[in-house]
Amino acid sequence: MAGIAVSTTINGDGVEYLCQPDETLLDVLRDRLGLTGAKEGCGTGDCGACSVIVDGRLVCSCLVLGAEAEGRKVETIEGMAHGEQLHPLQQKFLEHAALQCGICTPGFLIAAKDLLEKNPSPTEEEIRFGLAGNLCRCTGYDKIVRAVQDAATMMKGA
Amino acid sequence: MRYIRPLSIEDAVGELAKAVGPAAILAGGSDLLVRMKGGFVEPELIVDIKRIGGFSDITETADGFRIGAAVPCAVLGEHAALKKAWPGVVEAAKLIGSKQVQGRCTITGNLCNASPAADSVPALVAAGAKAVVAGPSGKRTIAVETVPTGPGRTSLAKGEIIEAILLDKRPAHAGDAYLRFIPRTEMDIAVVSAGINLTLDDKGIIKTARVALGAAAPTVLLVEEAAEALIGRTLDDGTLERLAKICSGACRPIDDKRGTIEFRRKVAGVLAQRVAATAYKRAGGK
Amino acid sequence: MNFDPRFSGRKFASVGTRPVRPDGVDKVTGRARYGADFNMAGQLVGRVLRSPHAHAIIKKIDTSKAEKLSGVKAVITAKDLPDLTDGDAGMYDVLDNCMARTKALYDGHAVAAVAAVDARTARQALKLIEVDYEVLPHVTDVDEAMQHHAPLINEATFTEGLEEKPVKPSNVTKRSQFGHGDVHQGFGHADHIIERSFKTEQTHQGYIEPHACVASVNLDGTAELWVCTQGHFVYRQHCAQLLGLEASKLRVTSSEIGGGFGGKTHVWAEPVALALSRKAGRPVKLVMTRDEVFRASGPTSATSIDVKIGARKDGTITAAEATLRYTSGPYAGTWAEIGAMTAFACYKLDNVKTVGYEVLVNRPKTAAYRAPSAPMAAFAVESAIDELAKEIGIDPVEFRIKNAAQEGTRSSYGPVYGPIGIGPTLEAAKNHPHMKAPLKANQGRGMACGFWFNFGGQTCVDLNIGMDGSVSLAVGTVDVGGSRASLSLVAAEELGIDYSQLKAIVADTSSLGYNDMTDGSRGTFSSSMATISAARNAIKILRDRAAQMWDVPVDDVIWEKGHAIAKGEKYGNLSPLSLKEIAAQSGKTGGPIAGHSELVADGAGVSFATHICDIEVDPQTGATRVIRYTVVQDAGKAVHPTYVEGQYQGGAAQGIGWALNEEYIYGKDGRLQNPGFLDYRIPVCSDLPMIDTQILEIPNPNHPYGVRGVGETSIVPPLAAIANAVSNAAGVRMTHIPMSPPRILAAIEAERKG
Repeated sequence: MAGIAVSTTINGDGVEYLCQPDETLLDVLRDRLGLTGAKEGCGTGDCGACSVIVDGRLVCSCLVLGAEAEGRKVETIEGMAHGEQLHPLQQKFLEHAALQCGICTPGFLIAAKDLLEKNPSPTEEEIRFGLAGNLCRCTGYDKIVRAVQDAATMMKGA
Repeated sequence: MRYIRPLSIEDAVGELAKAVGPAAILAGGSDLLVRMKGGFVEPELIVDIKRIGGFSDITETADGFRIGAAVPCAVLGEHAALKKAWPGVVEAAKLIGSKQVQGRCTITGNLCNASPAADSVPALVAAGAKAVVAGPSGKRTIAVETVPTGPGRTSLAKGEIIEAILLDKRPAHAGDAYLRFIPRTEMDIAVVSAGINLTLDDKGIIKTARVALGAAAPTVLLVEEAAEALIGRTLDDGTLERLAKICSGACRPIDDKRGTIEFRRKVAGVLAQRVAATAYKRAGGK
Repeated sequence: MNFDPRFSGRKFASVGTRPVRPDGVDKVTGRARYGADFNMAGQLVGRVLRSPHAHAIIKKIDTSKAEKLSGVKAVITAKDLPDLTDGDAGMYDVLDNCMARTKALYDGHAVAAVAAVDARTARQALKLIEVDYEVLPHVTDVDEAMQHHAPLINEATFTEGLEEKPVKPSNVTKRSQFGHGDVHQGFGHADHIIERSFKTEQTHQGYIEPHACVASVNLDGTAELWVCTQGHFVYRQHCAQLLGLEASKLRVTSSEIGGGFGGKTHVWAEPVALALSRKAGRPVKLVMTRDEVFRASGPTSATSIDVKIGARKDGTITAAEATLRYTSGPYAGTWAEIGAMTAFACYKLDNVKTVGYEVLVNRPKTAAYRAPSAPMAAFAVESAIDELAKEIGIDPVEFRIKNAAQEGTRSSYGPVYGPIGIGPTLEAAKNHPHMKAPLKANQGRGMACGFWFNFGGQTCVDLNIGMDGSVSLAVGTVDVGGSRASLSLVAAEELGIDYSQLKAIVADTSSLGYNDMTDGSRGTFSSSMATISAARNAIKILRDRAAQMWDVPVDDVIWEKGHAIAKGEKYGNLSPLSLKEIAAQSGKTGGPIAGHSELVADGAGVSFATHICDIEVDPQTGATRVIRYTVVQDAGKAVHPTYVEGQYQGGAAQGIGWALNEEYIYGKDGRLQNPGFLDYRIPVCSDLPMIDTQILEIPNPNHPYGVRGVGETSIVPPLAAIANAVSNAAGVRMTHIPMSPPRILAAIEAERKG
């Protein structure tokens, strides 16, 4: 099977890779590009641990083929902090202890970033439904919701 | 395995028609990739239709709306005019999966996946939506309820592809709604569901009605008896009670991991009542 | 080493604060490396072939076609994992579970495995392996498995613990019994008796990270294993034993772990990956799919429990009895025994008897799940307690307070309690504003108590002081939820330095002495004890070095607030030496400064919690909504209160999922119907409210800071608390967990029809 040549943009940088037709974007990120921040928790779009943003849309990278990224703009957890400056959501997740094991954290941060970009002042209910595609088994979500609320406040003030 | 990204419908149809092994159409991929991952399908050919002209657009026409086959459900929710005209269809489409899945999944894919529990299908059937089918022998427009013929099976022939879903322009005093029952608040497949579309006269009497039930039979049920029970009436208690009884009676559900026959029957009636109330209100009824 | 572990009642400077965890930045930037995030040069992809049958004899496995496929480097079956267990029945079960030897015992049981150059080739190779099965009748239900005509899972099973050795084999591996007094007499004194039968379905820990490892066996008999585990030292022992390796030559590194909750305490894939690597001569990465995690890792028991409790009109319980039947999968376990021990542990009872039966079924081998076995027993007991209170006409909280165990009470499982927290959690719950908040239509309030033992065990810590005065702390208990932060706080406290001066890591098996795994709520309890001991040992050296620097007797040097101080008027001119100053001179005063500790952390204090919840039930559909939830639990001492709250909230959320929707659903064919997060429904963010917590601190007398384990107890009360709330909201007593909408609606309809 011949590889498909793909030219795309990941976290602002031009990237080229070869992938097989049945390889997912998640496989490509993790196994070909060494970007292991996105996790495979299920491979079926049910846990959100592999969340990335493609052309401004939040998606599960396990449900996108690597070949589909051609000409797109992909944002992953590895691009969320700017230099030494953590994103306010990253900062607030740390302060609120919104992670225990941390495996779901990259997915939550990407989903929360997408949520706040589309809705800078979400209610608790909007946060809860907005993050319903991301499973966390450790926290009971309480501290995650509070961290997102606090980050929203901080970002509005900025 | 081959992955192609045709730019025209002719190319897509041509490739599909001449495919030797199993071929799959890729729009949002939220069903296809899961099935591939589980080893349930191993297509020889994957045809990504997202870059075919018009496939990713919603257009408002003189007759209503044309929703391209590759339009993600999230985009339906961002289209103000569509939301205003067909709130039931949009709310059904917006219930499929998570925000992440919303960014990818399509109502056309939901229809062609032919799951009895598909969320957007009862709403589309209630809305009287039509599918524009392109194929080797030209185009045809068919009622959406004729697309799925059983779980995982459709009436589409080899080489055929749905290019868009059509929704009519709305008359005055019209409203639709959709509800499903799931055990959690999100991320589940409908255990049972109902979509209802009503038009009223000036006095609030129901003029036309379409009632559809999901996850209640091998394909989505269009319950004509339920529609007849609504037409010519307002939503008084007696009408609602009859509606529930007819809907419960029309179900031919199964016992499975998501629910029991008894539960689906009972809740189909409950949902129909609740959906009818919302649709009636949206149509301006009081 | 004369380490004094007794509670000292000191005032804390660091302990009790809430700093950012040392591994935090790595985890919010995607840099933290979990089981599947590690790779080795030349690594192959491992995959496992699993039985599609619940119960079948493996007549023949033909791997020849798979071996011939280009890119396949190794194919293994049970033959490649010869039995080296030397009569150790428990380890033989582990071996058989890793790779079925003569029979496949459940849907998902491993029968063969391959290592290939890529995932696609490995998948293709699995399809080329031909297994000839003779399918046998199967049984998955706990009560059916106990019937005398049930298919036998292991013909050599004769029930242990009976007065007479049985003559016929059965699926019951063991009977156990606990209690004291005379229940028959006790029931005779009761004015009211409640007798009920309950069932709970099997649930999974549901960690988001599937099992993953990278194994590399070298030609010289040494090996390395990178793995997500709750206990890398235990994995090392088990893998070394099963593979015939010397333990010290197998270096196991625990990756960051993406949740375990008891599910990552057993080896499944690791011996297989090592065997593949040994055969292929290359490193092998083996990552389970989510489907494999559900079908073939270790969920908790399904249970069937009968409870009988009697009380006098005044609310005094006179007797309590329970029979508990727990599935253990196809191998012997002690899950019912644990359930029988915990069932009535919250209460002061003169007459109590519990009997447990361990039951074999064609389901995956049961593993621990957070306070294993206790939630189901608590569900049954606390439901009956609630019903009894209602029948007597006494408030359910008052009823529990009246009968609560206290210091000096002989527990239902034997030991006499020291200072404990059941009474205080009940009093706190009684006075909590939640108890008085108004309820709306179709809403009900429920409460319940829970108990867990907690565990201590073997522990080892190294504390090294750098020449710049910074401190590295190497621990051997895997950090599952922030323990590196807690242990850093403890070390900072003991040394009298700032938290920021420390960095804690989890050391690999070749860098530190043996540690038991992170289970039994022991991580922070045991490793903090060892950290305190190690820090005290380091302080001895620091004092000695300061004495050298000053040229004074070491007995005149004390350690206070991070400084050596020369005690006594004669040293008036000597300014204190900071840890940093002493460290800077260490090269000249005797070399590196370190503190070590190896100990068995005894005296883990038992733990109690009381939960309150409000549930709304839709009477037309049986749908439920959690409106409000409050956890009150004793922590002994909360080292990092935010992470203690996190444990309370997380356990409650898991319990909520268990109570309402999570369950293993088996078809008539004995195959698991819902091996994925779509239909195995763990709570999503929109399912839950904020979960309020109240931390009580009743010091554990056996720990210098009073710490108790906090990780597990929080999952014990929710099943019962929610069942009581649902029962109050819907007006029907729910006796089957999970209380899914179809079950609730059926109960409501049955009640309506009378």
